Amino acid sequence: MADMTQQLQEQVLQARTNGQKLNIVGGGTKSFMGRSADSEAGTLSLAEHTGIVEYHPVELVLTVRAGTPIRDIEAALAEEGQCLHFEPPRFGDASTIGGTLACNLSGPARPWSGSVRDQVLGIRLLNGKGEHMRFGGQVMKNVAGYDVSRLQAGAMGTLGAITEISMKVMPKPAATATLVEEMALEDVIDYMNRRAGEPKPITGACWVDGKVYLHLSGARSAVEATAEKWSGDVMEGGDDFWQQVRDMQHEFFAGNEAPLWRFSVDSTAPNPKVEGNWFIDWAGSQRWFRGEATLGDLEPLARTAGGQVSLFRGGDRSGEVMHSQPEALKAIQRRVKNSFDPDGIFNPGRLYSWL
Amino acid sequence: MNTKPKASKAQLAEQFRSFIDPEYVITDDETLKPYECDGLAMYREMPMLVVLPETVEQVQRVMRICHENDVPVVARGAGTGLCAGAMPHKEGVVLSLAKFNRIIKIDPLGRTARLQPGVRNLAISEEAAQYGLYYGPDPSSQIACTIGGNVAENSGGVHCLKYGLTVHNILSVEMVTAEGDLITIGSDGLDSCGMDLLALITGSEGLLGVVTEVKVKLLPKPEVAQVIMAGFDSVEKGGDAVGGIISHGIIPGGLEMMDSHAIVAADDFAQAGYPRDAKALLLCEVDGTEEEVHEHIAEAEEVFRKLGATSIRTSQSEEERALLWKGRKSAFPAVGRISPDYYCMDGTIPRRHLARVLLEMDKMSDEYGLRVANVFHAGDGNLHPLILFDANVPGEFETTEAFGSKILELCVEVGGCITGEHGVGVEKIRQMAVQFNDEELQQFHDVKAAFDPTGILNPGKGVPTLKFCQEYRSIEHKQHKHEQTDAAHG
Repeated sequence: MADMTQQLQEQVLQARTNGQKLNIVGGGTKSFMGRSADSEAGTLSLAEHTGIVEYHPVELVLTVRAGTPIRDIEAALAEEGQCLHFEPPRFGDASTIGGTLACNLSGPARPWSGSVRDQVLGIRLLNGKGEHMRFGGQVMKNVAGYDVSRLQAGAMGTLGAITEISMKVMPKPAATATLVEEMALEDVIDYMNRRAGEPKPITGACWVDGKVYLHLSGARSAVEATAEKWSGDVMEGGDDFWQQVRDMQHEFFAGNEAPLWRFSVDSTAPNPKVEGNWFIDWAGSQRWFRGEATLGDLEPLARTAGGQVSLFRGGDRSGEVMHSQPEALKAIQRRVKNSFDPDGIFNPGRLYSWL
Repeated sequence: MNTKPKASKAQLAEQFRSFIDPEYVITDDETLKPYECDGLAMYREMPMLVVLPETVEQVQRVMRICHENDVPVVARGAGTGLCAGAMPHKEGVVLSLAKFNRIIKIDPLGRTARLQPGVRNLAISEEAAQYGLYYGPDPSSQIACTIGGNVAENSGGVHCLKYGLTVHNILSVEMVTAEGDLITIGSDGLDSCGMDLLALITGSEGLLGVVTEVKVKLLPKPEVAQVIMAGFDSVEKGGDAVGGIISHGIIPGGLEMMDSHAIVAADDFAQAGYPRDAKALLLCEVDGTEEEVHEHIAEAEEVFRKLGATSIRTSQSEEERALLWKGRKSAFPAVGRISPDYYCMDGTIPRRHLARVLLEMDKMSDEYGLRVANVFHAGDGNLHPLILFDANVPGEFETTEAFGSKILELCVEVGGCITGEHGVGVEKIRQMAVQFNDEELQQFHDVKAAFDPTGILNPGKGVPTLKFCQEYRSIEHKQHKHEQTDAAHG
């Protein structure tokens, strides 16, 4: 529970003076993501920069240091009957909230509860000049200045070190239920989208191994009535299943042999015809694929499906792992990076080889 | 931007007329006049000229010409904004997107809509209604304001707490850059690789690009909605009741509060049957499935009763629900009836400081000799104090502005911000110096330069120059909030 701001700031200033690069590390549970870290660079560790700065359950607002483990945050929220309803994946006990935002990671409830960036209200950020700045705030609505806070989602630390996050939290649902039934991949995209279009308390829709799973959460009466009305069997231990999906502990994700690809696409797009194993989540918006392929092979398929593809885990991490960008967007992102980190200190090449 | 335009009005008009219908390249004062201000009519400036392109390609050409000639460009939707964000630049071009008013496609299965930027906010929900869908954000100006403007301001509305702001409800934008390039930010998926430029663009007040297409998410229309009206004999109790509902685990679709001045004015106007002797009135709307609404309404009534409500009324029909909302929705024109003019503020505060802020506002009201009525998006802490004044009394608008400025500074002091949903524009550019320090403001300028290296997009809005801020802070003897915090830590 320490405020390490001063040490972190000094380390950045020193790195700048010495022309050194820095890899930003929290709990170290997401080191498999992005391109390989620069082995020459030093480490800027946020692991000790932990603790809840402010928590007002009545405001539904939490302010926390970026190195705080998700586990600790969820324990504090649970005491007040609240939760992180975007269901952040926990790749280990050490997974931190800062890393979750930097990698833009959200769980199965994302299409309904919003993503991690959707909950963010404000941040403090250490930029490449060693300036410790505050953006956004602790209130739900704040349109003063550019939204630098949410810009960090997915930037993988290339714009600076997030040191503090204020975010929206929500009440825990009073009741949950899971419905499961067998369904072919050809039918499930349409089915999940139709269910998502009904005004019912749905917070999860995924498909794996020939079965579709729907998660219901909300007021008890609403969950019970919907479970009664919709097809499928009520699954025993349904919440455990969703925890496994959320933390990528489901057996689909096990092992490191086959690379894991992530498609973020139009929820209604027909599934790409590629040989391999598929896991459909987010009612069709997020599709996991396991198989040997190249980014160049998969990008046209993702584009046809209205979205993008990335190499989430495994495979060759020395080349590009994120969907390629058009030149005009590359130029803008390079200039944005330069505006935060003119000497290119933070996480060099982690997101793209050219950033 | 400090550079003088390299082309004259006549030269620009000639160039534009070579590819835009000459009728829509406006140069005469009489036709330019309606463009001199947006919804905040106290701030006015005549533009050099106005263009109304009809194709994206034309927008690109306008931008290229303006970029080459260092001509400022102010993009404009319906002009309903409340911060003078669309006020023209006197040496610049107003780029009206009014002709881009087509709903390109609604996908009922995927629950999305592709829109040109000039589509009106309400028109989206009207068109989507046939599929049982609607668009979430519903700013008060939704009958007129456009989706392009909503993206520029990150507009909210009364349903933000549960359904989010514009940034939470869009998937992608197509945008013309300052240099005239056409780029797509976001995708048909829920996220894209890399830094979240879509969030950065949303709420950027036309300073980073010109949006030419927007893809939004649509939501299934809730089965049922019911509203509870609860009166309280003090503002504190009203504020506690808001907290009480949320602590209970209920997230209302809408949660609005009015103070006694607003209650009386709104009830006179709408005859909604509001408790006229109440010091605070809450409107709490619960929506969802039939079962859920039934369950939550009963619980919410109980919470209000326990927390000292002096009156409770729950809508039993759609007509009654509409009537109860009518007062709140007409609060601004209602206040307009009891005063020649009013000035609407937009600060946001942590709700726990509500009573303190309202009390201090009352004191200021006495000091400045101006009445103030309060309507409040209580669920998300967004205050809309309406300062009542008479523009015909010399000096009264200046006093009103000074009063408004104090209110915004108070919002920052209690941990809030200077604008919740109306934007900074020209109006609140001074108060930016209260909410942000020089390093932060410089970072904003650097971000702007990454998109618009020569600074032609909406110059003079949104982010103040550092020199201006230093002067403002020294006049006001302000110590920056962050410096105070840091000093306390140090």
